[in-house]
Amino acid sequence: MSRVLRHSKRLLWVPHPFAKQKGGGDANLGAPPNLLLVGWDSPLLGRAISVLTLVLLATPSAFAHVQKGEAAGFLSGLRHPVSGLDHVLAMVAVGLWGAQLGAPAVWVLPVAFPMVMAFGGMLGLIGVPLPGIEYGIAASAILLGIAVMFEIRPPLAIAAFVVAVFAIFHGHAHGTELPPGQSGLLYSMGFVIATGCLHGVGITIGTVHRWGWGQKFLRLAGAVVLAGGMFFMWKAFSV
Amino acid sequence: MFPIAAEAHLNATGMGPIYDGLMHFLMSPEDLVPVLALALLSGLRGTTYGRRTLFVLPSAWLMGGLLGLAASASNGNAIASAVWFLLLGGLLAADAKLSLPVTTALAALLGIYHGYLNGTGLGLNFASAAALLGMIFSVFVLIALAAAFVVQLQASWARIAVRVAGSWIFASGLLLMGWAVRSAQIGVL
Repeated sequence: MSRVLRHSKRLLWVPHPFAKQKGGGDANLGAPPNLLLVGWDSPLLGRAISVLTLVLLATPSAFAHVQKGEAAGFLSGLRHPVSGLDHVLAMVAVGLWGAQLGAPAVWVLPVAFPMVMAFGGMLGLIGVPLPGIEYGIAASAILLGIAVMFEIRPPLAIAAFVVAVFAIFHGHAHGTELPPGQSGLLYSMGFVIATGCLHGVGITIGTVHRWGWGQKFLRLAGAVVLAGGMFFMWKAFSV
Repeated sequence: MFPIAAEAHLNATGMGPIYDGLMHFLMSPEDLVPVLALALLSGLRGTTYGRRTLFVLPSAWLMGGLLGLAASASNGNAIASAVWFLLLGGLLAADAKLSLPVTTALAALLGIYHGYLNGTGLGLNFASAAALLGMIFSVFVLIALAAAFVVQLQASWARIAVRVAGSWIFASGLLLMGWAVRSAQIGVL
């Protein structure tokens, strides 16, 4: 601010959310606590005016028709995998297990799951029946929960196979539930991105595995996934 | 189940046909994602591949677009889009060691196909040609940025992250294929 004061003849008070914390609202100048004193020729004001001008000039022209379902399709796709706790538990557990197993499983499992899940989704979309989907989804949470809780370390191929088999159930369930009337491509992209992000959440949590307390924490998380899986299995049987 | 809205005109930016074409490409994931996948794949293979894609794909896009300008309107085919997603996403996920001629051929085919589809129905006039140039400009910039970004990646985890992106593109292609087949079954397409 002192540089501004030295070089500016004309001054202006502008709102500044951090002015108070950064020492704005100079008592000697009588500034209000949330305002910042800048000169008309200051770079800050210049940038602000430029941005405002761009915003005002970039007014969109009227569309003859809306592009139906596109944004909604992407957002619906993003929302779908996180809309069911049974799916969330299994997808996060895949990331946790991958983090426990370390490289290359840490990226092989989260790559295998979305690809095979999309295959299951395709089967669901084209109407190929798959019996016992709800049981398969609940079983995935149970077995992945056990794998994380006991830190089971099978060969990579077996771990990838287990994850892939369960991914088909999750994908098929999503495929048969996909809402009509939306952009298939944007929905699919949102769906896959959300699934990958859930694995990413699991992997990120799993980074605590390097510490002793982190290993115990992950085993506890596995127990939570197992409990959730048992609940969903009970629910599947009771329906 | 897979409705394709009637596209009477390009996305209007209000800034002229060049910007309309530029934005049309950036707002069309069925065009953008395969180009991005090929750019990432070329970047993984190295500078020579990246440069080849950088010049071949936009050139082919221009050629296809000019051919399409004289053709009647076409919406393309969702199954064909899904095939591009599966092919390029799968190659990227597998970090396929393609030869330079094969990469060149892929770039040429992708450019001609998408250029043709984007050119169809625009009509032979100055605004259409300008819109096509805008599209090609954005294709060129996207390839340059994506390929250059990947070429300089040294850390193995960063290169794996690029391959993970390929697996996501492949997975999206699988779901899109399902949508397309389902739509064909119920007669939407």
